[in-house]
Amino acid sequence: MNVNASAGVATTSKWRSVCAVTDIPRLGARVLRTDDGDVAVFRAEDDTVFALADKCPHKGGPLSQGIVHGHKVACPLHNWSIGLEDGCAIAPDEGCTRSYPVRIEAGVVYLQL
Amino acid sequence: MNMAESKNMRRRLVLVGNGMAGVKTLEELMKIAPDTYDITVFGAEPHANYNRILLSPVLAGEMTLSDIMLNDEAWYAGHGIHLHLGKRIVRIDRRAKRVIADDGTVADYDRLLLATGSNPFMLPVPGAALGGVISYRDIADTEAMIAASSTGGHAIVIGGGLLGLEAANGLRLRGMDVTVVHLMPWLMERQLDRTASGMLQRSLEERGLAFALEAQTQEIVGRDGRVAAIRLKRSDGSIDELPADLVVMAVGIRPNTTLAESCGLHCNRGIVVNDTLQTFDPAVYAVGECVSHRGASYGLVAPLFEMAKVCANHLAQYGIGRYQGSVTSTKLKVTGIDLFSGGDFSGGEGTEEIVLQDAMGGIYKKLVIRDERIIGSVLYGDTADGAWYFQLMRDRQSIAEIRDHLMFGQNHLGNTGHQGETRAASMADSAEVCGCNGVCKGAIVKAITEKGLFTLDDVRKHTKASSSCGSCTGLVEQILASTVGGAYQPADTTNKPMCGCTDLTHETVRAAIVERHLLSIPVVMRTLEWRTPNGCASCRPALNYYLLCAWPKEFTDDPQSRFINERAHANIQKDGTFSVVPRMFGGVTNSSELRRIADVVDKYRIPTVKVTGGQRIDLLGVKKADLPDVWRELDMPSGHAYAKALRTVKTCVGSEWCRFGVQDSTQMGIDLEKMLWKMYSPHKVKLAVSGCPRNCAESGIKDVGVIGVDSGWELYVAGNGGIKTEVAQFLCKVATREEVLEYTGAFLQLYREEARYLDRTVHYVQRVGMEHVKARVVVDAASRGDLYRRLLFALQDERDPWVEIAARTARPEFEVLPL
Ligand code: SRM
Ligand SMILES: Cc1cc2nc3c(=O)[nH]c(=O)nc-3n(C[C@H](O)[C@H](O)[C@H](O)COP(=O)(O)OP(=O)(O)OC[C@H]3O[C@@H](n4cnc5c(N)ncnc54)[C@H](O)[C@@H]3O)c2cc1C
Ligand code: SF4
Ligand code: FES
Repeated sequence: MNVNASAGVATTSKWRSVCAVTDIPRLGARVLRTDDGDVAVFRAEDDTVFALADKCPHKGGPLSQGIVHGHKVACPLHNWSIGLEDGCAIAPDEGCTRSYPVRIEAGVVYLQL
Repeated sequence: MNMAESKNMRRRLVLVGNGMAGVKTLEELMKIAPDTYDITVFGAEPHANYNRILLSPVLAGEMTLSDIMLNDEAWYAGHGIHLHLGKRIVRIDRRAKRVIADDGTVADYDRLLLATGSNPFMLPVPGAALGGVISYRDIADTEAMIAASSTGGHAIVIGGGLLGLEAANGLRLRGMDVTVVHLMPWLMERQLDRTASGMLQRSLEERGLAFALEAQTQEIVGRDGRVAAIRLKRSDGSIDELPADLVVMAVGIRPNTTLAESCGLHCNRGIVVNDTLQTFDPAVYAVGECVSHRGASYGLVAPLFEMAKVCANHLAQYGIGRYQGSVTSTKLKVTGIDLFSGGDFSGGEGTEEIVLQDAMGGIYKKLVIRDERIIGSVLYGDTADGAWYFQLMRDRQSIAEIRDHLMFGQNHLGNTGHQGETRAASMADSAEVCGCNGVCKGAIVKAITEKGLFTLDDVRKHTKASSSCGSCTGLVEQILASTVGGAYQPADTTNKPMCGCTDLTHETVRAAIVERHLLSIPVVMRTLEWRTPNGCASCRPALNYYLLCAWPKEFTDDPQSRFINERAHANIQKDGTFSVVPRMFGGVTNSSELRRIADVVDKYRIPTVKVTGGQRIDLLGVKKADLPDVWRELDMPSGHAYAKALRTVKTCVGSEWCRFGVQDSTQMGIDLEKMLWKMYSPHKVKLAVSGCPRNCAESGIKDVGVIGVDSGWELYVAGNGGIKTEVAQFLCKVATREEVLEYTGAFLQLYREEARYLDRTVHYVQRVGMEHVKARVVVDAASRGDLYRRLLFALQDERDPWVEIAARTARPEFEVLPL
């Protein structure tokens, strides 16, 4: 089991099962449609899973469509690099998108939404 | 095992000299191996690391000291570096591996880095030690000059080189009466020829500077321990005395080797280092102005930064990268004066010169050429192309083919996006430089000075200027050059590493893929020791292409290493929807295709239907999940409008209908497109075929342009109609349809095998030269045949991605996860 990011989460949010880890391509992402907007669920090469709002802090590009490398994703619209762990742009670019806590149990991905 | 090398104790690195070269080495080291060392820094000056080259604008009153800090004390603290300011190292005990400072502070090292810079040379004339006689090297000197100028009076600057002139200009702007005394017959004789120097002198005189040339300083005359006058001997033997309240000596610098010599390190007018920046003591490295490398010492920042990079690499124990010396260029940082020089411009045996002089317009350009290559350049008044010439020189590129328009510069070749503006100096701060990202000149200058940027890449990262289509690169380079002077050096594109993940060039990587039969991206990265676990968004797509090109039937494509457009087989739009451009071979369609398009548009509520500039139809605003169904129902081939691949073959109607047509250009276009579609390439590829020289298909600006003439077909290659409009060059004339296919195929295969990823044919041919292309494609029939066969082999059985995906029942990559 691994848990990423957990700070400042509202108590009302719930853990929801989303898909199997293997449903997400390695070095790729899937899009989860929620009432709150799309969430991009990424899988790094080391099988860590991350979830970010699918909106680049620059001009809202869909991060789920970017190239994943290390624990970063390159936005498909203007190539900003966004850190998967915290959703923040790599310097010198500035800005953050929301990140969601992720838990994996028995190969199933849970997000706290 | 040595204690220090044990696991839980980091090795210790001590840096002596807290200046530009030493700290740059630490920055580079932090980038690649931040945890290797426990670092301690000693600096004799009381300041953290500042940008020494910007002392000139500080003196001129254009900037303040706080503007020019590169790394403040918080930077050192943030990286866990122990910083000792105002402490001079006076002794090195190499046996005990320990340095001792003037206040008694001691530090032990496993590795020692010397970056002690240089000392200004003081003329040994009587009176040189008087008060008011200073050099120009650091913040203290600059502050002394500013203080002295506050009461006005006479200043004498000894030395008419770069530093002397910048000092003189600053003092003049601060209200002093300034005379520059220079031993030689003209100013900056090491950087300028006589003509350019004369022009420079005139414009400095217009700003109120006075000059005493061919004058030798004999004595500095004092009164009450302070300077009062200076005595000169003129070339005719006469003696002159000029009043002086301040004397600045700027007659040259000497590598500061005192410390190194005192501990027995081998020095020869500099601390002698090898190509890895190691001294004769393997535990001691040295970088910067204090070193002597292959007999040369450098007094400009750019070479020092190259040294820093290599040195950091070796300190990090990667053991790759060699410093092989630098070619330097010079830019005087006097606001309003445009001057550039680089390389060897003195001419001499076996060289020729191309000169353009417009005395009225204040423009002078000289290029020195040997064996069809630029070896030196001097530009005055219009330095717009300085960086370009320098690049051509550095890349040792043959100018044979561009000789006739060389003097008119690169912009002459056509660039779009900044109102035809080519001279940065004359642009207002509010003028837009980068049309893609809306960045104006003032913002670029501000970022360069405030953030301490030195390279084009830095400016791109921080301001976004020149980071999109790149058409304003020349302007940004000029702004950079005039802001940081000689510290700006265009990158060496011949030896440019692929990206930050490796030090290897595109060519080296490609050769390894072929020679060592590497078959996947992870294997390439492991074999060639990539620094990052899985590369980055820049190298992965390149590697994917290189593998695909080298091993067409063996390599399995890696979709995760392709840009989204190539992964989704459609172009992403700003709102995250996609566009679909079906192929229409040769631009020809029919009623049933048009009917199907209309039905699909209605059924999937596609908001925009547009005729493209490439003779086909674009359906814009398609949802990703609908793509496979849209493709299936269109039942038309993929147009690859999304890919680095064959795009369109534009045609005109040709002899079938047109009253002027002499060849069937439409059919020729269809044949070419049928042969080449599904061809992946370093960048997109566009063709055109016209049925007669009226050229309605615009064959003159295509990667391959074909023009029908009565007796056959003319072939043109490496044209471009995009960012940089470039007219295609004549390749050859052929008689038959089969030959058109073979020559075109051979040329494109050569491009596929030799161009760097993201080079269009125009960039590729500019680099290798048309002669090379003709030799391989036209002259040598066997080579042509081989190239053509390799292309056909790669294309054989290639499948249409649209058909393949639409036929699948499971297509998770297009579907959204339900909650
Ligand atoms: C659709 C079209 C404009 C139109 O509405 O007519 C178009 C649209 C785009 N062009 Fe283009 N170009 C289109 C014809 C052209 C032409 C004219 C032509 O092909 O005859 C040119 C100049 C000719 C040339 O390439 O030499 C052109 C030069 C560019 C360039 C600059 C290329 C260069 O090397 O200078 C780019 C940027 C790039 O590729 O990196 C570009 C990039 C783009 C992209 C792909 C931007 C992007 O990366 O998203 C646009 C995609 C829009 C989309 O989703 O469909 N487009 N583009 C044209 C599609 C033609 C087609 O049927 O495939
Ligand atoms: C006014 C001016 C304008 C310039 N303009 C340009 C330009 O336009 N373009 C360009 O490329 N270059 C320019 N230069 C040159 C450029 O600044 C130098 O090449 C560069 O700073 C050299 O870097 P360095 O690290 O080798 O030496 P420095 O930056 O001089 O650093 C050496 C440091 O080591 C310290 N030190 C020496 N001995 C000891 C010791 N024993 N213990 C502790 N500390 C010690 C010194 O105090 C100094 O701080 C200019 C220089 C000056 C002065
Ligand atoms: S279609 Fe081409 S010219 Fe038009 S905005 Fe897009 S990239 Fe620029
Ligand atoms: S929207 Fe992501 S980089 Fe611009």
